[in-house]
Amino acid sequence: MTDATYQQPSREAGFGDYIALLKPRVMSLVVFTALVGLLVAPVSVHPVVGFAAILFIAIGGGAAGALNMWWDADIDAVMRRTARRPIPAGRIEPGEALGFGLALSVFSVVMLGLATNLLAGALLAFTIFFYVVIYSMWLKRSTPQNIVIGGAAGAFPPMIGWAAATGSVSVEAVLMVALIFMWTPPHFWALALFMKSDYHDAQVPMLTVTHGRAATRRHVLIYTLLLAPVAMALAFTSIGGPVYLVAAAVMNGWFLWGAWRIWRRDEGVAQADNYRVEKDVFRFSLLYLFVHFGALLADAALRATGVI
Amino acid sequence: MAFRTTHELHHRRMSRNLGLGLVLVALVALVFGLTMVKVQELAQDDAFRSGAVAQSKGSMW
Repeated sequence: MTDATYQQPSREAGFGDYIALLKPRVMSLVVFTALVGLLVAPVSVHPVVGFAAILFIAIGGGAAGALNMWWDADIDAVMRRTARRPIPAGRIEPGEALGFGLALSVFSVVMLGLATNLLAGALLAFTIFFYVVIYSMWLKRSTPQNIVIGGAAGAFPPMIGWAAATGSVSVEAVLMVALIFMWTPPHFWALALFMKSDYHDAQVPMLTVTHGRAATRRHVLIYTLLLAPVAMALAFTSIGGPVYLVAAAVMNGWFLWGAWRIWRRDEGVAQADNYRVEKDVFRFSLLYLFVHFGALLADAALRATGVI
Repeated sequence: MAFRTTHELHHRRMSRNLGLGLVLVALVALVFGLTMVKVQELAQDDAFRSGAVAQSKGSMW
């Protein structure tokens, strides 16, 4: 062959694109809740081991995110919010993302198991499996309850942090998981109420698409009602304390008030003010989780210094 | 025509290789730190066990 061909170089991925595959914003929630789970545990760990544990949990969460992006690349390309992600934007090949996600999954699970204990490693492996296989591959495209059950994957990090420190699982760890698990549906449904065209265009069976917006508003209220007792119950365990009790009472009252307002509104009113209440509740729900876990940390600090 | 040695592509590869290099160096440091801590903990456990054995032998008399 004598003729020379010129190929336009493809938009090659930079280091930041691989970081984007790990969903750093989701990772920040994973890191924070896992850190709280580790720090409020009754067994102290060496700082180096604690740092390594949180790092490997974060990498495991990021690996699950990369595998999710590989599987959901077709949906991401359709949705405005996700169209600029590395795979739909053409910067990273799907196969490369798959290899990246699988390699980091195995690495994080093995390293966490070696650095702390087998239970923590096994819980991380289960979390990755749950998020990628149960949520992304199975539930997300098949049922409007996808968010409810899939939320469990995002709920496990504090339990992994707790297990990394103690080598066991107790009622406190289960309640921390339950708190995030019950928080996820109203958080995402509030988002779905004002990002309506995205999920519809991608044909993801969100509750807003399959059961309508009135049903979604009702579900936000129901799940917020179910969330409140779970959140309050943590105050009466060994990791709860006065700071958490006050914070949980205030935040749950506020969240319930927001969910109530969402339920009372109809679509016409919501459209008229550009979904102001739904957006407020969504933003507040982020603060809600941060304050709850921050309060657990504050009570742990008070206990460590002998104040309570 | 002069051959252009640098291209936007090269900058991207540079950022990727540099990032990966730093990650690997950090990983080596972390594994080293973990090893040191684990060895120290093992030594402490051994010292505790041998102390407990000596104490139990002493109490027999």
